[in-house]
Amino acid sequence: MRYLLGLATGLAVLWLLLSGHYAPLTMALGALSCVFVVWLCRRLGIVSHESVPLHLLPRLPGYTLWLGLQIVRSNVDVATRLLRGRAAISPRTVIIDTRTHDPLGQAILANSITLTPGTVTVGLEDNEAIVHALTEDGAADIEAGTMARRVARLEHGES
Amino acid sequence: MLGLIADIVSWLLIVTGALACVISGYGMLRMPDLYSRIHAASVADTGGMLLILIGLMFQAGLGLTTAKLVLIVVFLLITSPTATHALARAARQDGVRPASEKRARR
Repeated sequence: MRYLLGLATGLAVLWLLLSGHYAPLTMALGALSCVFVVWLCRRLGIVSHESVPLHLLPRLPGYTLWLGLQIVRSNVDVATRLLRGRAAISPRTVIIDTRTHDPLGQAILANSITLTPGTVTVGLEDNEAIVHALTEDGAADIEAGTMARRVARLEHGES
Repeated sequence: MLGLIADIVSWLLIVTGALACVISGYGMLRMPDLYSRIHAASVADTGGMLLILIGLMFQAGLGLTTAKLVLIVVFLLITSPTATHALARAARQDGVRPASEKRARR
């Protein structure tokens, strides 16, 4: 029930932002389409903690901010290395422990790693992620597991 | 006055973003193998995209247009690494090995 309400709220906010028309008729049609989509999702059986990750919401802003900083930092780093050419890179492939067994957490971790320039998740099997890094430093950073710890904290709270 | 400041900030962001995209393209041509080229592409995917869209937000001002731009950023931040991962994974499954590993084996 909590997830159904969360999904409905999310859809309603999305509709209000995207439409920009607040006449009674369009509002009613919008509400109708939200209800229809929620009903469809329930019938499909895809409404769960994975598709509507409400438990992440309180800690999401902090994580987003931290990830944003990482993205800015590595963007500058990778851009300067691209200008300096082959001499500035030292590609490595490393295998790391994801620290979380939950598919949602693993997906968040894999996406975060890929999102930061300089590291790409090449594979994800069992509880291990294969990561290709542009530099030795980047590989060491990933192996240190800071990001995996952050994702684990995002999922399960302070630990 | 405030409009002028917003304009300057916005253009600075857009020009920096465009520069990031150019550097990214240059890097894609210059890097030795597929995987390092992916790293070059991700500079345009994240840095270039963010800078240009945030610059556009300053042009649009507070309002529905900016809300839509924020939504575009959110969706791109989820879809672009997914596409990048699909590419890298497909390459690995088809046996493309990083240049660094090849050298190590010889």
